[in-house]
Amino acid sequence: MTDYFNEMYQNGAVRPPYARLEDWMKLMPAELRQMKQAEAESLFRRIGITFAVYGEGGDPDRLIPFDMFPRVFTGQEWSRLERGIKQRARALNAFLVDVYGRGEIVKAGRIPARLVYQNEAYEKAVVGFVPPKGVYSHIVGIDLVRTGPDEFFVLEDNCRTPSGVSYMLENREIMMRMFPDLFRENRIQPVDSYSERLRRTLASVAPAKCKGDPCIVILTPGHFNSAYYEHSFLADLMGVELVEGQDLFVEGEYVYMRTTEGPRRVDVIYRRIDDAFIDPLCFRPDSMLGVPGLMDVYRSGGVSICSAPGAGVADDKAVYTFVPEMVRFYLGEEPILNNVPTWQCAKADDLKYVLEHLPELVVKEVHGSGGYGMLVGPKATKDQVETFRKKIEDDPDNYIAQPTLALSTTPTFVAEGIAPRHVDLRPYCLVGEQIDLVPGGLTRVALTEGSLVVNSSQGGGVKDTWVLAE
Amino acid sequence: MRLTVDHVTRYSYDQPVRGVVQSHRLTPTAFEGQTVLDWTVEVTDGLAGGAFRDGAGDRIQSWSVQGPVSEIVVRVRGTVETVDLAGMLKGHRETVRPEVYLRETHATWADAALVALSAAAEGAEGPLDAAHRLSEAVAEAIAYEPGATEAHTTAAEALAKGAGVCQDHAHALIAVARAREIPARYVSGYLCADAEGAPHEAAHAWAELFIAGLGWIGFDPANRCCPDARYIRLGSGLDAQDAAPIRGVARGPGSETMDVRVSVAPGGGQSQSQGQQ
Repeated sequence: MTDYFNEMYQNGAVRPPYARLEDWMKLMPAELRQMKQAEAESLFRRIGITFAVYGEGGDPDRLIPFDMFPRVFTGQEWSRLERGIKQRARALNAFLVDVYGRGEIVKAGRIPARLVYQNEAYEKAVVGFVPPKGVYSHIVGIDLVRTGPDEFFVLEDNCRTPSGVSYMLENREIMMRMFPDLFRENRIQPVDSYSERLRRTLASVAPAKCKGDPCIVILTPGHFNSAYYEHSFLADLMGVELVEGQDLFVEGEYVYMRTTEGPRRVDVIYRRIDDAFIDPLCFRPDSMLGVPGLMDVYRSGGVSICSAPGAGVADDKAVYTFVPEMVRFYLGEEPILNNVPTWQCAKADDLKYVLEHLPELVVKEVHGSGGYGMLVGPKATKDQVETFRKKIEDDPDNYIAQPTLALSTTPTFVAEGIAPRHVDLRPYCLVGEQIDLVPGGLTRVALTEGSLVVNSSQGGGVKDTWVLAE
Repeated sequence: MRLTVDHVTRYSYDQPVRGVVQSHRLTPTAFEGQTVLDWTVEVTDGLAGGAFRDGAGDRIQSWSVQGPVSEIVVRVRGTVETVDLAGMLKGHRETVRPEVYLRETHATWADAALVALSAAAEGAEGPLDAAHRLSEAVAEAIAYEPGATEAHTTAAEALAKGAGVCQDHAHALIAVARAREIPARYVSGYLCADAEGAPHEAAHAWAELFIAGLGWIGFDPANRCCPDARYIRLGSGLDAQDAAPIRGVARGPGSETMDVRVSVAPGGGQSQSQGQQ
């Protein structure tokens, strides 16, 4: 049995960040807990926040279980995480500017040319174009897991349009409403400034042609999208318009939004649509979701698009392996956050190792997401392992493997009372003229006993994430 | 050689549309093989939008037309002085890495037959010879036959048919070159018919292959040659759609018909013209 790091208890004693939660937990009568849980659920339903986290698909009307037991970091723990996250976000952006420019990291032999230039997410259309302030990825979602008091690993980077931040905000809102005392007893750093910080970040990358207060919009694929709630939620909080492709049009050198008072020029588009769909004149000609001509306006400096088209080449699972190298190459620093050691099945030696150690490893598809198409060796049956072995042998390039990480646990309310469950963390780092991070993020929890898969499509839930003031 | 171009594209809508947006790649490439003497692009009632040179070195110009409008005409006129560089794209400024052009697209995906055709390069004396052999093999395998294929025909489909036009030849050559790990791309441009009157289109397309040490070299399987002074190069892409001289969208329910007339003539003299409906 693997020894998991329990974030609340160590050697029978309560760790300091959780000190004030023990009594709260122990003194709460079962009936009150059930009542509160029901209250939380009805609050979530009333808000309408029922979408799948991270675009995992699944039933869009299903409520993601909310666990009331918060996940807590000390200010000191957080400050190290914060430095690591910001460092990584800087390196990822430096990489993007480089590979669409001179390609120094490739010339230096630090990353294979094939991984970059033949990558599906590499956009030829933006080669040579430097977005305002040299930022490609304005919201970097970095998925982290913890395996010990000081051991954190990055599972993956999300440089395009990471979702889930509305859960971070709503989880906090609901906890404060239900347990105001907890927020008096603990010095918890607020997260509600996220929307204002996001607005500031987006405004800071307005094109040079924009004079005065930039007009910002959120471009959504529409209400059928599983994250539509989040799009409208963020638009509301920032006080900006939520638009669909048909609400925008290109005329001359600019993009305009139709309003009841006539056309209004748009300066910054926070798009929640994939590259392939944003402009039928540049990418997929059959796309009805985008804005025809948008890419020409963008490339001639008439509008900013966040994240910048082409940002996806930095968050591919094969490119991930090289992020520590990016930190060293561009920043001249040692990475503060570690990568999970990764075997590329595309390499013969790695493939051999993976096939020999399948029952111990986690195997993922290179372009997969949402916990689908994944093998968790130690939890799999013999048949499942053998089925997967065949899949890997048939198409090794499509798979990477990692050791099964001993994800930390936090106390979680379950049917029998309280029990440890495995968690991960996604903070949302903002990159504009400055780099900014709210103290918090989204904690996902694997509600099934023993499960290491936190994805909502696989029975995961969410928790409020606290960072205590130092 | 001095070439004069007159290229008119007429879009007609059966019901007036609310507006039209286009992205043009209609300016001759700046390189040692051609010098623009004069060049204009006009769009009826068009408002010129952003213009820039992209990473592949192409001049991109966007246009928008406010509706309601039932017809728009894009007219390209100009004169270019060309020299024969035996297909070499000398003195061209671009920043896109050749490896980018190893990527497959739907139109240039190499099926088993195209992979088999790429074996023509086996035993070649170096990559340049391999490129010539591939171009020759494509010319042999796909007969020039206007009307045999349409705009969305893929390289694999054209090869299966054994017939096609310059677009199909270019797609097939790109597919077999990439199958041999030779970066290859689609080039759109113009071609002036020679006195012998070999059958080809004035609005033309061919392929460029990247040969280490030499750079990008043009190959025109449709005419079994490398581009020379009769060719004017406009722009490039991963395939025909990506390299299209005009990409556009009209807003509105109307259906569109397009009429294209292109004439490319030597000097300022007699023009040789052709139309297609």
